[in-house]
Amino acid sequence: MFLIACPHCGPRSQAEFVYERAEEAVAYPDATPEATLTALYSRANPRDFAWELWRHAYGCRGWIRMRRHRTTHEIAEIEALGATL
Amino acid sequence: MRGYSAFGLLKGGFTGHKSWPRAWRAPEPKSVYDVVIIGGGGHGLATAYYLAKAHGVRRVAVLEKSWIGGGNTGRNTTIVRSNYRLPQMQTFLELSLKLWEGLSQELNYNLMFSQRGALLLGHSDSDMTRLAELGDSLLTNGIDAKLMGREQVARLVPLLDMSPDARFPIHGGLIQPRGGTARHDAVAWGFARAADALGVDVIQNCAVTGIDIQGGKAVGVQTTKGAIGADRIAICVAGDSSTVAAMAGLRLPIESHMLQAFVSEPVKPMIDTVIMSRSIHCYISQSDKGEIVLGGDPDLYPSYSKRGIPMRIEEVAGQAIGLVPALSRLRMLRCWSGVTDMSFDGAPIIGETPVENLYLNGGWCYGGFKATPGSGFVYAHTLATGAPHPANAPFGLERFASGATIDEAASGPLPQSR
Repeated sequence: MFLIACPHCGPRSQAEFVYERAEEAVAYPDATPEATLTALYSRANPRDFAWELWRHAYGCRGWIRMRRHRTTHEIAEIEALGATL
Repeated sequence: MRGYSAFGLLKGGFTGHKSWPRAWRAPEPKSVYDVVIIGGGGHGLATAYYLAKAHGVRRVAVLEKSWIGGGNTGRNTTIVRSNYRLPQMQTFLELSLKLWEGLSQELNYNLMFSQRGALLLGHSDSDMTRLAELGDSLLTNGIDAKLMGREQVARLVPLLDMSPDARFPIHGGLIQPRGGTARHDAVAWGFARAADALGVDVIQNCAVTGIDIQGGKAVGVQTTKGAIGADRIAICVAGDSSTVAAMAGLRLPIESHMLQAFVSEPVKPMIDTVIMSRSIHCYISQSDKGEIVLGGDPDLYPSYSKRGIPMRIEEVAGQAIGLVPALSRLRMLRCWSGVTDMSFDGAPIIGETPVENLYLNGGWCYGGFKATPGSGFVYAHTLATGAPHPANAPFGLERFASGATIDEAASGPLPQSR
């Protein structure tokens, strides 16, 4: 497990958080069918850093955007997403 | 190849077992092959075996970056069954189960395949409705299934907590009597030995570092042991499919997640069937050595770390003790983690890719072990004939664009919600 520095709550155990999806997986309502297909079914799935969306589901319930290393779990960048509380 | 037999074993006993030849060669790669298989796990080795055995394709190399069976083949909970809900999965896994049933004899290698029954527990009325529906669907397609009431389950597994205040009340279950377990290392070794005897080169410590593409066609691979040319290249590296496919410029509908498994210290025989619960996602069985083997949920976020999270150990142990309270005094011996290829409908991908002569076998989620012989069989057919076997025709990469996904869990295109 690892610590996630929630932009609202500070460092908290990863057990409180839920991985929502890779940022590249976000499908937009006005996107072309090709772009939607790519968002739904195509991933870079790298062994190193990727942008991801998480939620502090068992905490402040805020949405978070982070750049996380998928082998070491190091979080290089993290920020709040959407309206702040 | 020197055959294994009870008599040979006895004879070996008089000579200190010093006369056994090595089970497979350790060849250096040739410069060109008909088929190069990337990945020396159970699926890759089975593919090589069936290429040589069923299709007469003998110029085959299996390239493994470390040692054979050292990846997910040796990291699963060894359960074999075909009791899936969707007809495509049923047809394919039943083909695989039928191959399992004769495999020890065919390979002349004791896979310790034990059809001890795979029991799905039902914890509520709606669970029982779901299991009855699954049982009907299995029987309709000629696969064995038996719906069991609470008393029958209690007789079959007397150690289950059937008390009124049980944490997970048990209303009944659905058993596949032909389901069971097999020794996973033996599966890799048995296929390697049999494939080697048919002339397949099993090359260990040979990592693929690139895929050579000329004019849209895959023509060979770059490896740590030099360049190797091939008419057809078969990716078979579930867990790392995205990494290898990226060498050919491909992006896949796959995310890599972690799945843990655990074994306890060995004890006397206490559980003689495979116990599974889909509602709480827990797997319990006992190995032939006596260890209690446990599995549960994956870690639910992408990772290649091969390190599991402690909260999952706690959760799986809690579930197992809730089902079988007698497990509470056991000490756990080992826990480990494997990288699973989570596909976006929960079903595997077996077939051609947009790059000519490059084929893909991956996306096994956390259910690849049971499919090992079937996967090799249909993949070999696809590689040898250039067209899919009827059993893997629905599992092509193109199904995601066409909308013909095979979503066993009916949970949509999010790999962590399988």
